[in-house]
Amino acid sequence: MIQVENLSKRFADVLAVNDISFQVEKGMIWGFLGPNGAGKTTTMRILTGYLPPNEGQARINGIDVSSDLAAIKRMVGYLPEVVPVYSELTVKEYLRFVAELYGIERKKRRVAIDRVVERTNLHEVYGRLIKNISRGYRQRLGIAQAIIHEPEVLILDEPTIGLDPAQIIEIREMIRSFKESATVILSSHILAEITQVCDGAVIIKEGRLKATLTRDEWGKNLEISAAVPIEETVCHSLEESFPAVHEARAEDRVLKLEFKETLSDFNPIIKHLVEKDVKIREIKAGLEALYMKVILAEEGRAS
Amino acid sequence: MKNTWTIAKRELKAYLYSPIAYILTAFFLLVGGFFFYNILAWANEQTMRMMQSGYPLDRLNINQMLFEPFFNNLTIILMFLLPMLTMRLFADEKKMRTEELLLTSPLRLSSIILGKYLAALIIYTGILLLTVTYAIFVFLYGNPEPAPLLTAYLGLFLLGAVFIAIGLFASSLTENQVIAAVVSFSSILLIWVVSWVGESGPGAWRGILTYLSFFSHFKNMVGGVIDTQDIVYYLSFIFLGLYLTRSVFEFRKWR
Repeated sequence: MIQVENLSKRFADVLAVNDISFQVEKGMIWGFLGPNGAGKTTTMRILTGYLPPNEGQARINGIDVSSDLAAIKRMVGYLPEVVPVYSELTVKEYLRFVAELYGIERKKRRVAIDRVVERTNLHEVYGRLIKNISRGYRQRLGIAQAIIHEPEVLILDEPTIGLDPAQIIEIREMIRSFKESATVILSSHILAEITQVCDGAVIIKEGRLKATLTRDEWGKNLEISAAVPIEETVCHSLEESFPAVHEARAEDRVLKLEFKETLSDFNPIIKHLVEKDVKIREIKAGLEALYMKVILAEEGRAS
Repeated sequence: MKNTWTIAKRELKAYLYSPIAYILTAFFLLVGGFFFYNILAWANEQTMRMMQSGYPLDRLNINQMLFEPFFNNLTIILMFLLPMLTMRLFADEKKMRTEELLLTSPLRLSSIILGKYLAALIIYTGILLLTVTYAIFVFLYGNPEPAPLLTAYLGLFLLGAVFIAIGLFASSLTENQVIAAVVSFSSILLIWVVSWVGESGPGAWRGILTYLSFFSHFKNMVGGVIDTQDIVYYLSFIFLGLYLTRSVFEFRKWR
């Protein structure tokens, strides 16, 4: 379980993290969303014990990151944005080194390394030099080093950046499988990734927490853009045919839907719209709509 | 201690898997051999001349004629060489972003610093041991005194250990290896030549600046004298270097 209360971090005269609070329950996967330079990495670094906060508290399983750094570091597994590998070592040598860093005893080292190689599917490159392995393997190796000491909390900074679609899917599945043993925080630019993998998300911008969203909330929203303005009658028919629809609003070419409960399948609604001859251009599932609302509302206020 | 060794082991691998250690060793032995040969030739010539002029031979001292100038020359090579050995220690770690792995691991900062220091020290000791071959030749063909040779090696070792501590500190300041090398080389040079200022300076300064310089402390050891004062000087310099390195990391957290 991760608890963050009024956390702030200052670099020289820049407030990189400004009064952020959130909480992630045990066994959940949470996403950090936000533009570049929003303070996602800094927040993550505080949670790993890499950086101390200036104000506020961050607790992992009840232990404050400022009080017992050694305990925090043992509980947390961390994959930085740039995978921290030594290219002159082989995968085997590298994993052995990381196991030693985490104080895994000689007898258990073999088992621990076998376990992560199995989980991240690194058999093929096990004996190879890290400088000669592909981007996808490198990322998996990064995950392998993060989980070698069986952490209770896993922090992944942009785990799928720079990967091809097949590799992305693979990594996402891997992350989902960690849910059984750990609480996971990951950062991403990709909204679809958060929707697929995470149970909740915090949106951070300019160091501030803009919104906390859960799967329940983003499952209740749908935004559909069409080629021509949407008629009011379409909204009424949607509200009548689907009891789950709480509200349907047409704003020019955009149809905004809000549901009474989390909807896992939007297909019947799309079908209905096609039958009504709405020329669909784009469908934004829940989070995307909410994200844009939060970020745009912010910009609207600023200008 | 185990953790320090974990870091040192990886650092040694990095040295030995890359050409740096070999190139530096080759360079050191080449230039060192050149100096040795020249000084030996000079010492031979001097001896011949003195024999011809009837100088009492038992006053000639091979330690003084050969090893003292040789070791003094080696220190100059060290000044160039060791910054190149130490420049990568932290700079490379920062550049490759592997530093985060170390700093988020449960290892203590002091273990990380000591491990890196130890690795560079081991490589340096290895290089130093190879120069013993020169001394072996002298033992084969002459009869130098072993004791002053040992103190000279101790002096050389300690001096190198100080240079490495300075280099380690310089490397922690930047992610650019060239900058690290330049900073450590200039610092070593400055502390070296500070004695020149000392010699011509006013009374109180003379003592302080001469004490600070590496040179005044090396002179005793290469001459066969072990003074605890010199040992304390070297050890406190090493400690200072390591302590400053630690401070850099502590400071960066809040920057």
